[in-house]
Amino acid sequence: MSVPVLIRELSFFRLKRSVLLGLKSLWLHKLRSLLTAMGIVFGVCSVIAMLAIGEGASHEAQQQIKELGSQNVILRSVKPTNKTTAGEQERSLILEYGITYRDISQIQATVPGVLVTIPARELKDFIWNEALSIDGSTRGTVPWFPDMRNRKVQRGRFFTQIEMDTRAPICVLSRSLARHLFPLSEPIGDTVRIQSSYFRVIGVIQDDPAVANSSEEKGATGATDQGAAMEMLIPITTLEDHFGEVLFKYRSGSFEAEKVELHEATVRIDTPDRVMPAAEAIRHILERNHKDVDYTMVVPLDLLRRAERTKQIFNIVLGSIAAISLVVGGIGIMNIMLATVTERTREIGIRRALGAKKKDIVMQFLIETVMLSGAGGLLGVALGLLIPIIITHFAQMETIIQLWAPILAFSISVMTGVLFGIYPAFRAAGMNPVEALRHE
Amino acid sequence: MVSSTSLEPVIELRGVEKHYQMGDTLVKALRGVDLRIYPGDYISILGPSGCGKSTMLNILGCLDQPSVGQYFLDGIDVSKLSDDNLSQVRGKKLGFIFQSYNLIQQLTVVENIEVPLYYQGLSEKESREIAVDLACRVGLSKRLDHKPTELSGGQQQRVAIARALSNDPAVILADEATGNLDSKSGGDILEIFDQLNADGKTLILITHDEGMSKRTSRTIRLKDGEIAFDSRREEVTA
Ligand SMILES: Nc1ncnc2c1ncn2[C@@H]1O[C@H](COP(=O)(O)OP(=O)(O)OP(=O)(O)O)[C@@H](O)[C@H]1O
Ligand SMILES: [Mg+2]
Repeated sequence: MSVPVLIRELSFFRLKRSVLLGLKSLWLHKLRSLLTAMGIVFGVCSVIAMLAIGEGASHEAQQQIKELGSQNVILRSVKPTNKTTAGEQERSLILEYGITYRDISQIQATVPGVLVTIPARELKDFIWNEALSIDGSTRGTVPWFPDMRNRKVQRGRFFTQIEMDTRAPICVLSRSLARHLFPLSEPIGDTVRIQSSYFRVIGVIQDDPAVANSSEEKGATGATDQGAAMEMLIPITTLEDHFGEVLFKYRSGSFEAEKVELHEATVRIDTPDRVMPAAEAIRHILERNHKDVDYTMVVPLDLLRRAERTKQIFNIVLGSIAAISLVVGGIGIMNIMLATVTERTREIGIRRALGAKKKDIVMQFLIETVMLSGAGGLLGVALGLLIPIIITHFAQMETIIQLWAPILAFSISVMTGVLFGIYPAFRAAGMNPVEALRHE
Repeated sequence: MVSSTSLEPVIELRGVEKHYQMGDTLVKALRGVDLRIYPGDYISILGPSGCGKSTMLNILGCLDQPSVGQYFLDGIDVSKLSDDNLSQVRGKKLGFIFQSYNLIQQLTVVENIEVPLYYQGLSEKESREIAVDLACRVGLSKRLDHKPTELSGGQQQRVAIARALSNDPAVILADEATGNLDSKSGGDILEIFDQLNADGKTLILITHDEGMSKRTSRTIRLKDGEIAFDSRREEVTA
């Protein structure tokens, strides 16, 4: 007697009555049934909840990376750490480091697939609106910056090529900065001041997503983090005009002078599959041009792939936990079903005497087991859907429930029932009717 | 009381033996039983404890196979059937009544009566009609949705009788059907048996009660696994 034969025997009518019969038997021992199904309930529930949390977290990470632009390679200048010894004698001199125009023109000329580059310079100093001020960063960049970096201009407009060419004293404020400097009044049309230069505000742009998210995560801990979102964008030419090649910064009595040609450059590659080779080529150019590592390279696509890989590993771990918990649940069910079969030996004998075939008995117990695990699965799905909602509500964490997760978890719970129900069911069917009838 | 030799026997045992292996010794519970039972027979099987009555009933009821010999039920050689076919035969041709009622505890009166019909593949509606009708016939019309634990012993045995009748069997087998009952409710059950036989049913009753031989039309006495006395054969040979 094989399982396909059993399935062929199953007419809908019989199934309906077997299900009712199973319900009755399970209902007779409500507490026992509930406890038996618990293993499956928690297994299924934890799988769905963990998947939703994992999916949410990785979605959040991927979103951040995507906002950096998956076709971009971002280069940033960093103060080299190993320059301290060499810089000992030039202590009072100007610190010179970072990405240069030469790097950029070489990249533009030699790396295949480079569409555009967005150079940017940065000045860290106080930004003023009358009496209000904040320690923010002023970034000199190009008109296509918002497009390349996926940042929306929320109000007003971004500056144009003509304004860059004419070195106009205009600026676009990040949302946080606009809020800070103009808590009550309209920023557009007004002016802000850095050192002794004035800039007219022409637009407000969305905060840098990477900065915004990291400051959100760290909560109220850092006023410094908050500073990072305080960003003002002006034409790169204007920045050069007003603050020169050497950027001076006065801070708590001492002063620093830095000469950095470009603080940041974004290289846009034409197709996604050329991003990684281009990144490699750029790395070579930079390695050749810079003795010290005074730059960093961020390849969002690479980060994205790594995030996906991490997610895969996470899913494998989750899958194993799920499998283990379902096996444990299945063993629990099998244990109880074996006890049930023994307990109901007499009933089995009666049914056999009254005309039940072996396969009728197998079906009866198999359906009962599957109903037990299926009900556990349903309950688990319900809890598993509820937990992410609660987590999102109270912990402000993004969770994503994919349709396949509850469906898969439920089907596996049903399959667990079949798998662990087969042995007890066949044991029940294998009983000798005479002995079963004599059983006390 | 309708018994006539001209009819084909509904049951025929030819040289049936049943052996049990108990460690090293072979126990012969039945040693060569030849028996013919005709439609409408009303038989009591009597004998001392351990003489093989239950063993014989198990074989007659197709619950067990003879070790030696042949068993024809309604012309079919049952001793050669597969397990599935034996189930089929039990469900179609036989009705069982046990000493300890053997009702299914989680089912109601009507549902218990429906069990054999379920395995015969009758629809819910058909089997419900038959079951309710039978429950009324055994006087349980007010107890249709009660569970066995809510019934007296006599009532439970009446449910069992209704269940045995539900598939309209060729033969009804009863093992000590009144053994657990007081004389009043036992008497009620026996009256139902009388009535069933009067309606033409073939009944085989296994009993300790000597009084039963007066009630039934035919008496068989077993001794050490053999038929020591058969009132019909005595009649024939006499
Ligand atoms: N499963 C078995 N294994 C071994 N021996 C058995 C088995 N069943 C019955 N016997 C033996 O067969 C013989 C007949 O037993 P059976 O149960 O048929 O007696 P019985 O006439 O029904 O007795 P009682 O009136 O006490 O019910 C006994 O000696 C018993 O020990
Ligand atoms: Mg007996």
